[in-house]
Amino acid sequence: MRNVLAIAWRDIRSVFVSPIAYVVLTGFTLLSGWFFFNMLGQFNRLVAQYSMLQGMDTTWLNLNDAVITPLLGNLLVVLLIVIPMITMRSFAEEKSSSTFELLFTSPVRVGEMVLGKYLASAFLVTAMIAISLVFPAILFIYGNPELGITAAGFLGLYLTALAFVAAGNFTSALTSNQIIATISAMVILLLLFVIGWPAEGAGEPIKSILVYLSVTEHFQSMLKGVLDTRDLVYFASVTIVFLFLTHRAVESARWK
Amino acid sequence: MIEVKNLTKTYGSITAVDNVSFQVATGQAAGFLGPNGAGKTTTMRIITGFMPATAGTVKVDGFDVFEDSFEVRKRIGYLPETPPLYLEMTVRSYLRHVGKLKAIARAAVAGAADRVIEECGLEQVAGRLCGHLSKGYRQRVGLAQALIHEPAVLILDEPTIGLDPAQIIEIRALIRRLTTERTVILSTHILPEVQQICAKVVIINAGHIALEADIAELVRERSLEEEYLRHVSGEANPALARAGAAAAGLEGGAAHA
Repeated sequence: MRNVLAIAWRDIRSVFVSPIAYVVLTGFTLLSGWFFFNMLGQFNRLVAQYSMLQGMDTTWLNLNDAVITPLLGNLLVVLLIVIPMITMRSFAEEKSSSTFELLFTSPVRVGEMVLGKYLASAFLVTAMIAISLVFPAILFIYGNPELGITAAGFLGLYLTALAFVAAGNFTSALTSNQIIATISAMVILLLLFVIGWPAEGAGEPIKSILVYLSVTEHFQSMLKGVLDTRDLVYFASVTIVFLFLTHRAVESARWK
Repeated sequence: MIEVKNLTKTYGSITAVDNVSFQVATGQAAGFLGPNGAGKTTTMRIITGFMPATAGTVKVDGFDVFEDSFEVRKRIGYLPETPPLYLEMTVRSYLRHVGKLKAIARAAVAGAADRVIEECGLEQVAGRLCGHLSKGYRQRVGLAQALIHEPAVLILDEPTIGLDPAQIIEIRALIRRLTTERTVILSTHILPEVQQICAKVVIINAGHIALEADIAELVRERSLEEEYLRHVSGEANPALARAGAAAAGLEGGAAHA
């Protein structure tokens, strides 16, 4: 455990003493702020227009459905692009320098390296999502969104991000080239995103399998405010599978 | 005590190290010589546990590097060809980090870092970033990280390569000081360095051991240069040289891959 924390702490410090963390956090805040500002603006216009009309069904026009849910969808897309760039360094950088030799000639288990690297990347992603909580906070101060749905939505975003981090670490462990690590992580994440698309036209059991594998499916269900164990198990298993694959990839790098 | 027995390492179809055996006694310093691509780095990486061998065994103080990898790692200090520095860390925080990785007790980490900073003459640069150091200082930090857990065995891969003459003299003096009580394997291309520091020499050529001898006995008849050239060119052992020459072309890139 001590090694895990030592490795995680070193990686976290290295990100925060360089401009990387600040560029990532600022960029993410700027983009998500822009999304939030525009969605809220549109919501205000719609409320103004509909309030002049009588007898219309306006139950869909609430902060959750019109602001928070689309905001979370947009944040997920931003994370899909940013997370591979956060995780690309984790193993690839060590492999391309001799520090990989330091790690492997120290009494440190591969599992400890994998967990330490994972925690470090997860820390930065946690900071990003923690910052984005300011948007629902504003809504709660000035409006009256539903707490349960909002919380489940952000939890869904966080769990998806944690699974993405595990996938990003995995591609970083496969190569010493950070660009290859980033691009292959993006491909994996995008595939998880769209893998459910052919489900509609497919027959069973392919249909259920594709739907189950799709990140979007589980994320959507959490956006609705449903805390289903199936979704939680899904995110946990994606994370664990990628951590396991990372372990295998790091171990096998020595045998080549 | 380092005991290398029938060590073989292949990368795909390329044999980098072929049936290599030699020993270094406890407290002895051995110079590890050979042309570039002869298999020096590969052999050292296997001894340190960085990579597993294809065949053969290595024992350090009686522990097998593969079976008891952690016991061996605790006993070995290793300086790779490029010092394994994290360029964005200060020297002091880097050494503390390495101290933690080397399983030094929590309370003793800071003290151990200070000890090696003093031992390696790093007081002036302890607060500077590793990335801002000159090559000579980076090499010293590399030595400091190899020493932080007070290992009984030191493996140094070309510690003086790429340094200016003044730096070479400094590093060499430092190494000589450090090697007095330790078992050492030192690879280098500078033959006088071996004569100054080591009691024993192992010459490897094209993946085969060409010579294992005590320096004092070896240099009675010829100089170390002559002995080195004789063994590397194959004059001393023609059969081995033929086998080596066949493989030499292939092995150039492999040992450092």
